Amino acid sequence: MDIVFVLLPFALLFAGVGAGAYIWAVKRGQFDDLETPPLRILSDDEESKS
Amino acid sequence: MTAQDNTETVRYDDDIVRKFVLATVLWGLVGMLVGVIIALQLAHWPLNFGIPWLTFGRLRPLHTNAVIFAFAGNTIFAGIYYSHQRLMKARMFSDLLSKIHFWGWQLIIVSAAITLPLGITVSKEYAELEWPIDIAITLIWVVFAINFFGTLVKRRERHIYVAVWFYMATIITVAMLHIVNSLALPVSPWKSYSVFAGVQDGLVQWWYGHNAVAFFLTTPFLGLMYYFMPKAAERPVYSYRLSIIHFWSLVFIYIWSGPHHLLYTSLPEWAQTVGVVFSVALIAPSWGGMINGLLTLRGAWDKLRTDPVLKFFVVGVTFYGMSTFEGPMMSIKAINGLTHFTDYVIGHVHGGALGWNGFLAFGMIYYLMPKLWGVPVYSKRLMMTHFWTATIGIVLYITSMWTAGITQGLMWRAFTEDGLLKYPEFIETVVRLIPFYWVRVLGGVLYLLGMILMVYNVVQTVKASKAQGVDLSDPSFQVRPLSADPEDYHHSPNPWHRKLEGRPVTFALFVFLAVIIGGPVTYIPLVAVRSNIPTIASVKPYTPLELEGRDIYVREGCYTCHSQMVRPFRDEVVRYGEYSKAGEFVYDRPFQFGSKRTGPDLHRVGGKYNNFWHYRHMLDPRSTTPDSIMPSYSWLYDDDLDTSLTKKKIKAFKTMGAPYSEEEVNEANALLDAQAKKVTDQLVEEGVQAPPGLQKKEIIALIAYLQRLGTDIKVAAK
Repeated sequence: MDIVFVLLPFALLFAGVGAGAYIWAVKRGQFDDLETPPLRILSDDEESKS
Repeated sequence: MTAQDNTETVRYDDDIVRKFVLATVLWGLVGMLVGVIIALQLAHWPLNFGIPWLTFGRLRPLHTNAVIFAFAGNTIFAGIYYSHQRLMKARMFSDLLSKIHFWGWQLIIVSAAITLPLGITVSKEYAELEWPIDIAITLIWVVFAINFFGTLVKRRERHIYVAVWFYMATIITVAMLHIVNSLALPVSPWKSYSVFAGVQDGLVQWWYGHNAVAFFLTTPFLGLMYYFMPKAAERPVYSYRLSIIHFWSLVFIYIWSGPHHLLYTSLPEWAQTVGVVFSVALIAPSWGGMINGLLTLRGAWDKLRTDPVLKFFVVGVTFYGMSTFEGPMMSIKAINGLTHFTDYVIGHVHGGALGWNGFLAFGMIYYLMPKLWGVPVYSKRLMMTHFWTATIGIVLYITSMWTAGITQGLMWRAFTEDGLLKYPEFIETVVRLIPFYWVRVLGGVLYLLGMILMVYNVVQTVKASKAQGVDLSDPSFQVRPLSADPEDYHHSPNPWHRKLEGRPVTFALFVFLAVIIGGPVTYIPLVAVRSNIPTIASVKPYTPLELEGRDIYVREGCYTCHSQMVRPFRDEVVRYGEYSKAGEFVYDRPFQFGSKRTGPDLHRVGGKYNNFWHYRHMLDPRSTTPDSIMPSYSWLYDDDLDTSLTKKKIKAFKTMGAPYSEEEVNEANALLDAQAKKVTDQLVEEGVQAPPGLQKKEIIALIAYLQRLGTDIKVAAK
């Protein structure tokens, strides 16, 4: 079952990327405001002719 | 940009979305039509027509590839290209890349539609395409990734909406899964062998297979759900916090669940247990997401009565909940022991595919039509009819398959009071399922009918748009650039984002570097296979003739109906023989465990019947097994075996660790001829009226392979 030595690094790499992305997101304040983003998308394709 | 109000004009590329929408509808029709054809073939075998490229074994991969990568794939791309631009308040990174992505992907689909019926396949489920197409997929996927992340970099909206997180996970994970699972050693432009063998190959495949479901059919569609459902309901998602939790928990749990496809196989027990634990845990985030989706309609449930788009979305999300309940349950070993290899799995898959993926796609397309073509959908009534036809179709499909699966599972394991198998002939358990197969056909036809209504509706809508001369030029929007935002996040704006924005070449270079670094990582498996030492001394590599026979087995898609994995159950050991050991598969490239038993397991078929039996059976299965639903393989008796690659094939196996001697490599063709003569002589001895040139025919190789299957450990016992 040496194959786990291949799959495990890939899975861990993936988990690592995920963890990194999560930390980045939190640090950048992505999740500070959980109220306005869901509202904002509702009006994102109202065309404003210039 | 005007200095006064600090806004920029952005034009979204909606033309590319229109292209993907039309491709979705077209390929959906094709994929579902092929699905109905193969459903008919199971209910009524003569519909295989005795034509090689129309047999079930070759069309089934075409069906799965068409609905997953063509229908669902184009759905995903349409939805992402539409929502990503709006969420990022930016046009796609490059129009050229968008076009390359679109046409490249369609070309891949066409090449799949040509190669799979021709029997050009590597037989790994949902990854059957041969290596040149695999490379094309990788390239197009990288194009998509650059285009997507390039847009992310030049976004004008600081916050990354949750849907985009789901898209990102999709793009990154699918790339990784595809590359690892497709690693193969080519012997010709259209033939390659997996670098992994046997149980290892099986684990890689189902690590891929399960995560293809997770990251091609679940995460992107969840992203679409989180964008389009609130839009259609005109309500924000019920809990944005929950959606964030949903995303992160899914991402961290999904990747570990693959082994649940290999319960009770020769996979080590601990690996199976890991798969089970994570699979069961998956129910939590999945249901959190489902509830979040459904509750988005809070205070708007009345719209459900009149709005077909919401009808599709709500039923789609409900099926997501149902499938993600069923999945964890089926991962529990006791339940898996009953349902695995039966039609129950087919029912489960279609609950997810028809209900969740299909309905989300339909809802999204009906939502997008007026936005993209500037006219209302041609007929609301047809949308409603589509909804009900498809819903009834799904119900018929899944209930018939559930019943068929449990019926057959129970029949397989039934013993009489005397301790004998109650249904010793496998065919008894097949005949019992035929009525269910007809109900499934009916369900499939209804679903296809709904799809045809949709095609008509879409065509009429597009026509109306043209007739009215609607202006389809890219819509323009006024947006504030990021840097001008006074309410910026507490961190200073990341300067390299802005810098990279203006430098697509630099950015592309970064991506290229990342891909290069990924290269060496792919060498690890090659090192790993070196230590792929057989644990059973009597297990030997295949002879040249057997190997050629095995390649025919792969080409004809035998694995779509026959497993090669006797599980350690009393009934299976009594029915088939000694249960399968990991050490028996070390020379199997690719592995052929299979995932469905429409016919019996074949791992111990070697030596069970004489050559004559196989000769008659492959020509006319009903001559040896009355009522068999297997197609006839008459062309194996007409076509000469292609031995031009035999030596190369043996050499490739030797390269990957099979202990062939130099002589065996050099004399491969002579060895093949000698064994073919032996098999033919035996056939004549057993009473076959040998037609001229029989020794050269493909059937001889196939018989040699079948007679070898699972016999190596019997040698050890002597």
